[in-house]
Parts: sequence; C-alpha cells; structure tokens
Amino acid sequence: MQNERKIRVLIAKPGLDSHDRGAKVVARALRDAGMEVIYTGLRQTPEQIVETALQEDVDVIGLSILSGAHKTLFPRILKLLKKQDLTDIMVFAGGIVPEEDVSEMKKLGIKEIFGPGTTTEEIIQYVNKNLPKRDQS
Amino acid sequence: MLTVNQSSVRATVGQKMSMVDKNKISQLRKERERWEQTTLPKWIKQSGERKKEFKNTSNMLINRLYTPEDIKAVDYIRDLGFPGEYPFIRGVHATMYRGRFWTMRQFSGFGTAAQTNQRFKYLLKEGETGLSIAFDYPTIMGYDSDHPMGKGEVGVCGVAISSLKDMEDLLGGIPLDKVTTSMTINGPAAMLLGMYVAVGDQQGVSREKLGGTTQNDNLKEYFAQKLCIYPPKPAVKLTTDIIEYCTRHLPRWNPTSISGYHIREAGANALQELAFTIYDGITYVESTMARGLKVDDFAQRLSFFFASHNDFFEELAKFRAARRLWAKLMKERFHAKDPRSMWMRMHVQTSGCTLTAQQPLNNIARTTIQAFSAVLGGTQSLHTNSFDEALALPSENAVRVALRTQQIIAHESGATTTVDPLAGSYYVEALTNEMEEKAVEYIQKVDDMGGAIVAIEKGFFQKEIADSSYKYQREIDEKRRVIVGVNDYEIEKEENPIELLRVDPNAEKEQLANLQKLKRKRDRGAAEKTLDKLQRSAEKDENLMPTIIEAIKAYATLGEICEVLRKVYGEYKELIVI
Amino acid sequence: MSRTEKIAAGVLRGDRRSIAKAITIVENNPHEAQELVATIFPHTGKAHIIGFTGAGGAGKSTLIEKIVREYRRRGKSVGVIAVDPTSPFTGGAFLGDRIRMQELSTDEGVYIRSMATRNYAGGISRATKDASKILDAAGKDIVIVETAGAGQSEVEIVRVAQTIVVLHAPGLGDEIQAIKAGIMEIADVFVVNKADRENADKTAIDIQTMLRLGSKKTGWQTPVLKTVALTGEGVPELLEKIEEHRCFIEGDAACKENLLKTRAEAELLEAIQERASRALIAKLRAEGKLDQLLREIIERKVDPVSAADRLVKKAINDD
Repeated sequence: MQNERKIRVLIAKPGLDSHDRGAKVVARALRDAGMEVIYTGLRQTPEQIVETALQEDVDVIGLSILSGAHKTLFPRILKLLKKQDLTDIMVFAGGIVPEEDVSEMKKLGIKEIFGPGTTTEEIIQYVNKNLPKRDQS
Repeated sequence: MLTVNQSSVRATVGQKMSMVDKNKISQLRKERERWEQTTLPKWIKQSGERKKEFKNTSNMLINRLYTPEDIKAVDYIRDLGFPGEYPFIRGVHATMYRGRFWTMRQFSGFGTAAQTNQRFKYLLKEGETGLSIAFDYPTIMGYDSDHPMGKGEVGVCGVAISSLKDMEDLLGGIPLDKVTTSMTINGPAAMLLGMYVAVGDQQGVSREKLGGTTQNDNLKEYFAQKLCIYPPKPAVKLTTDIIEYCTRHLPRWNPTSISGYHIREAGANALQELAFTIYDGITYVESTMARGLKVDDFAQRLSFFFASHNDFFEELAKFRAARRLWAKLMKERFHAKDPRSMWMRMHVQTSGCTLTAQQPLNNIARTTIQAFSAVLGGTQSLHTNSFDEALALPSENAVRVALRTQQIIAHESGATTTVDPLAGSYYVEALTNEMEEKAVEYIQKVDDMGGAIVAIEKGFFQKEIADSSYKYQREIDEKRRVIVGVNDYEIEKEENPIELLRVDPNAEKEQLANLQKLKRKRDRGAAEKTLDKLQRSAEKDENLMPTIIEAIKAYATLGEICEVLRKVYGEYKELIVI
Repeated sequence: MSRTEKIAAGVLRGDRRSIAKAITIVENNPHEAQELVATIFPHTGKAHIIGFTGAGGAGKSTLIEKIVREYRRRGKSVGVIAVDPTSPFTGGAFLGDRIRMQELSTDEGVYIRSMATRNYAGGISRATKDASKILDAAGKDIVIVETAGAGQSEVEIVRVAQTIVVLHAPGLGDEIQAIKAGIMEIADVFVVNKADRENADKTAIDIQTMLRLGSKKTGWQTPVLKTVALTGEGVPELLEKIEEHRCFIEGDAACKENLLKTRAEAELLEAIQERASRALIAKLRAEGKLDQLLREIIERKVDPVSAADRLVKKAINDD
C-alpha cells in the first residue's frame, strides 16, 4: 500500500458560487474511494485553480459550479491549462450546466459534465476509467 | 444559562387538561397488543413491510401506528392552547387564514434592475402579495458589478445592484407604502437596507410605514450559505446594528430573517435545521440585549425562514415545534413579558435541493406537497419553487405555475377554512414533541460548548451538516432512498424540452455602462467624505446604519462601502469540514 | 537525458512544473527517486527547514499563512509542504490545508504542495524529507513542513526539519498535562496561538514551567511565544526566534553577528525617532512656530506635509 500510486484529484469551485454541498460530498466520496483529494474551498480564480493543479501535480480536476458563470469561467480555466502545458489533466465538471451549453463546454475540453441526479458512484467509476496517462514528460 | 425543559414548563402553566383519559390507557394498550397479536400478523405474513424500520431524515423511528397512548403526556391547555396565545403552536394569529392568507412572495431577480422591475410587476399582476429580491453574486459579496471577481457573474443568478441608482430603477413604479419587500442579503444587508430606505424617502413614504425584511442573518453564512465577507464577530455586530436601528427608526421592518432554509439546503436534516436556526436566534437576542435594549423592545420584529422538504409530516412537526419552542425560550430564557415577543413569524420556501432536472414537471407535485405542509404548519409567508428550478432561473410560465400552486391551496384545498387543522393527530403531536425535545438537546450542547461562534470555530455545525449531507447522498446512491425519475422511474429521453429562461447576455455590459455613468455624474468628493466618516465610525465601533445611509445617499457604491469595512474588519477565511 | 535527469535539471532551475513532477516521483517511484535525489543533493542545505506541529484547531494553517506572508515581505522565497492523514480504511486522503493559503498560490515566490501520510506514522509521509530536499534544491530560502495535525505522536518531523515549532491554543480541550512528553522535547519554539483568549497567559506560563523542567541537551532554551494568527500579531517576533534558532544550530558566528546588528539598528533608530520628534516638537511649541503654521494651514496657504518639511529642515540646519 505504501508506494502505490494514488489518484490525485483537485476539486475546485470557480467564481463566486457558494453552493458547496455537492463539491464536498464528491470530495468525500472520492476520498472514500481511495483517492487523494485536494479541495481549495470557495471563490477560486481560474489562475488559482490552474496554479494549484500544477503545484499539486493532479491527475484530475473536478469543477463545481451552479451559478451560471461557467460560460466565462470554464474557457478561462481551460485556456490557462493549455498555456501551462497541463492539457494531459482530465477535467470534468458538475453542478448546473444547461443542456445547450454542454457540447460547447466539451469542445473546449471539459471531458464530462455531471448534472443533478448523478450518483457519487458514477463519478468514481468515470474517474477510474478515464484516468489520463501522464508522466510522459 | 437557562434552557427549556418540559418539567419547568409543566410548573408554570396552570390548568391541566390531558387529551387522553389516563385511566383508559392501560385498556387501550391491551387492545393494541391484541391487535398486534391477532390481526397484524396476518398482514405481515402476507406481504411483510417494505423496510425493516422506517425513519425520517432526522433519524427518528416512525411507528407503524400512533394511538392516544403516544400523546398521553400532552396537556391541551398547556401544550397546545389557542391560536394567538402562548405557546402559539396553533398559530401566531387567532384567525390565521380565515382572516388573511399568508403573503405569497416569490423570490426573483436577474439581469439589470430594469429587467427585474418588469418581473416584479408581472408577479404583482399575477397575484403575488409581496416582493422578494434575489441579488446576483457580486452584489451578495459586496462587490460592484465591475469587480474582477464578478466577471461573468453579473445579473446571472440574481439582479445586479451596485448603487442607489440601481435600486431606484429596481423599484420604479412600485409604491413602497403599499408593498412589503424581502431582501435576501446578509453581509451587505445594511447597505441594501440603506438603499431601500433612501428610495422610500424619495417616494415620500414615512419611515414608520416602510415595511419589509432584510435576511441579515450572518451566523448561518459560516456553516450554510457561505456568503461571508467579514469574520463572525463583526458580522454579528452588523446584524445587531440593523436590529437596533430598525427597533428605533423602522418599526414595521423585520430587521432579520433568521434562516434555516440554507442550513437545510446545505444538507442538514429537519431536526438540525430547527435546532441550529433557533440557536442563531438565541444568539441575536443575546447580542441585541447586550446593547442595552430590552427584549420586549425588539423581539417582536425578529422573523424566521425555514425550508419545506419532502416528508410532509416531519416538516409539519418541525414548523409547529419551532413555534412552541421559540415561545418558551422567549418566556423562560429571556423573560419576555409582551406576548408579541414570543411570536415566531416565519417565511417558508419549498426546498430547492429536492427538485430534479429529470422529468421536471414532477417538481410541481413536489412543490405542492411541500407548500401544503407549510400552510398546514401556519406560515406567514411562502415562496414556491418553479418546476425548472434544477435547470435555470424561473421562466415566466414556470413561476406563474408556482404562484398558482399557492393560490389553489389557498382557495380550493379547504386547508384555509379552519385554524391548525392537524392538531390533535396522534402522529403529528407525537412527532412535534419529539422534534422539540431533541432540538432542546442540541441547544444544550451548543450552550455547553460556549455558544454559536465557538461552535462555528470548532466546526461543530459544519460537521453535523457534512455528515447528514453525505448520509443522504449515500442513501440515494444505494437506492435506499428513492428519488422518482432519478434513481427509479427513469425515462430514456426527456420529451418536450421546456422553455428555459435565458438571462440577457448583454445585461453585464449594460450594467457596467450604468455604473460608469453613475460614477461620472455623482459628486465624487461628497461620496468619499461619507466613506471616511464610515471608516472612523467603524473604528469607534458605533452603530453604522446612519453613516451607511448617508454614504448610500451620496451615491457611494456598494463595493466602495463594503471595501471600507473590509479594511476595518478583515475578510473571513473558511473552515472546511467535509 | 533521461526523464529523471530532465526533471532534476528543471528543479535546479526552480521550474515549478519540474518541482511538481519531482515530488510525485519521490512519492511513487523508489528507483527514480533515488536517482533524482542523488542528482539534486549537492544543491541542498541552503534552505531553512521549519516543521510546524500541534493539535488540530490550534490554528496551524492560519499561522503558517501569516508566516509565509512575513517571509515574503522580507524578500524570502518559501516552499510549504502540508501533510494530512491517509485514511487507514480507504487509503484515500482529504488534503485541505492549502485552503488557508490559497491567496498565495499565485505568488511566484511561494510553492505549496499537499501530501498524504500514506499510512506512514508520525505525522509526515515517507517522502516528506525528499520533498523538502527538492524545494531546497529548487532555491527556496525557507521550507515549511506542516504535519498532519493530531499533535500528540508527531515526532517524526525531527527527521526532516531543523527548527521545530510546536503550536498550542488555549481552550482546545487539551490540558497542558495532556501534551505528550515527546512533543515538549522536540519543540525548539513553542507558540501559544489565539493569545487574545482568556487563558492564553496562564497557558504560556504553564508551558514555560514544563519546558524549564526538561531543558535541551544542546543548551537551547525553548522560548514560549504568543501569537494571534488571525491578525498576525506576534508573527514578526516568531520569525526572529526561528532565525535565532537557525543561527544557534549552525553555530555560525557571522550569522549571529548579522542578526544582532539588524536588531540593534532597529532599536536604535526607533529610539532616535521617538526622542527626536518629542524634543523637536517641544522646541517648536516653545518658540511659537507651530501656531503660526497652523493658521497658514487652515487658510490653505500651505499643506501640512510641506509645512513639516520646512520646519524640520530649518531645525536641523539651525543646530
């Protein structure tokens, strides 16, 4: 168990949205599934999120947002990830992202969006199945 | 610190009127045992029961059957009494809805002030009887619409209000002497109240007549809604400033709406919602009395705000227990003499987190049940969620259905023809008693810890809520709790996608232009003078309402005013408990 | 160049991405870890490695954030390793310490990494020491290691850090007597946080007494300091003590000299400032020069700062 590589996940809440019930439940569930979860609390800027992902060398980023500001914040985050050469990190999102925005967000680089009604099991399985292959450079 | 327990109350209220003939109890018990041994087993054998045990969200065991035995300790005069009299469990007013319906007050706001003004007028036309303002995130956090943190958030989930000018546009054409308004605002509550008062002054409405509510409950922000700007001590000071100011100058205004809704939505169960809300109320009463005000001076204007969740009976028990418990606390712990100080007036909102994105029309049924329990629970004011809650802000169509739901309950259901119709139900009264007793245990616990602020610093409320929230999700994940349309009764494809509200994408641009225009037109020097005055006043720990109103009237912006206080009080850093 | 060599080179350049990858390597790949550490080792030994331990609720993370800010103000670069416990049942961990320091994430002079104990006992992880070497080699002046936070049995930090700061706070429910002996022994600096609370003074005195009973073999007398992490009160003094300890353990005369000189200069200047202004103001008042200027200021003929300038220049030239 000691040197077994752990999946490192950053759970982040970008912007001013203060609904963190889901983010906390997911963080706890991922921890209970054996992952190392970094949660940075509310009101994170895109710069803070990306820098954290870099320093913590995470495999996965989960963005939680329910305020409707995803159309501004997700593109900014994904752009910064590209700039920092971190596009090998798997990014998923949760919260409230209207159906009509989903395909646009996915095109930008959000791999999957988990809306209301998603079970924690679904998210755990998704992360396990879609873990990026990293450490190539 | 005195807390309340049943035996102390038994001593105070005189007349005894048991609801059950004590002599007949043993006979009843014998009959129940007979039923359990003869009739019941046949049914158990035939089809069993769906679960080994049935519990509500508060983890209380629910019996198969309730009989008079379950309420044998209830004394009608002492524990129920009459509406409009202590302990007020049967209702705050003697005639309740036979006299007047609850206020139908739909929480609304999006885009610019002008756009929300239109929605307000629409709702008033459709029959709502009070306004309720939803502000956008930058406003709630005390930022102007041009603050960098607000990019992409302006007007998106509420209305953008950065200055008195915006408030003037928001309330344009709305007579403030005829309409009461609730403002869901906490950290910057004083500023928004200042704006409302300023508009009232402009309209020539006397301050004695101005009616409404500011949520202004900063304690719950630290463990539930999380919209904290300043640390706990200055936040409680600001809440108390408003209570004190309103007591002296705005007699019709409810300075605070002590909230359980957000506590519940954050994942607490009904019992925790009840206990933590009441404890916040206790804290504000103490902080206001510490200023030298007498409890009977201000307590009658304290109001409350609860959620109404799915379990009809649990919610009903919660509302009634809340009223009785608060009355007892005001009497026993705070020695209130005026009966109006013991009233718990409440606003209820049906629970948003129970509504689903899947098969959204089902939400109308959920909201109806939740609204119904609030009405049978005797609420003074009600907001019903729209069926598109899990998808977007309410469309005009959806919010109209939500409003109609209230109107149908009011006019067609028969629930409003008598007062407190479910009193005396064996189940309801037994559950109400259990709610109250267990809430008192929580209150004692927090008292022993040293009060609400210590409990927040220790992460006590946060842990309780995180555990309940996780437990609830596990139940859903493991299908031990069915959510219709989500983990059972699902459909492959949603037919007939509903028309969703789209917030005007130009709203942010428009609002930024408005803000720039304001800054150009105003007398900047005059505004800055008021900000300096405010800073000095804050440093001297004075009641800030008068200087805030001055600053508002000089068109200092919300962000400028809040920044002054950020300088003086610092910003809060969250304690995370998952 | 192998991947490990490339990363090592990047670490020595201070490249953040390389630091991140390097720490991942020492956490997960023992062979590559050895190669990596061997490559960077000659470049270690410059950073001051400070361990922070103490029970949860004492305010460790809040205090560390203030300390990092103070170091930054003094022009130092800082690396922070925040350790949290791995669940023995699930193998997962919730790493929430950086939340208190998140504003510093985008400060180029600060690097924060969260690590899980991965069931290593003693408050740190097996890879913590190597991770601190990486930050050292990357050029960080200060490396702070925050232990997992149970406080009681967290003595492994001595293997990693040169200066150990132990944190306590009054009213934690942890009576002084309950602070295990091991923790008392490893403390180089003891801090009573939340010093604005009622029992803080008594707590500090009690701890001082206990420390005196078992003084260190090295001859270093562990001081007991008081801080209020929320406001930053006591933090500059804490940094002084940490710096003093560093000089002590390095037995470096020059370092000590420098520290003493800086302190002396600060004190002297403060004293001069206070005496000089008092004397000058008294003189000006006596000569009636102040009243005259006040009139001019009220009539807006001159602003206060220019007036003061004039006065002081004249006073200095007169003498």
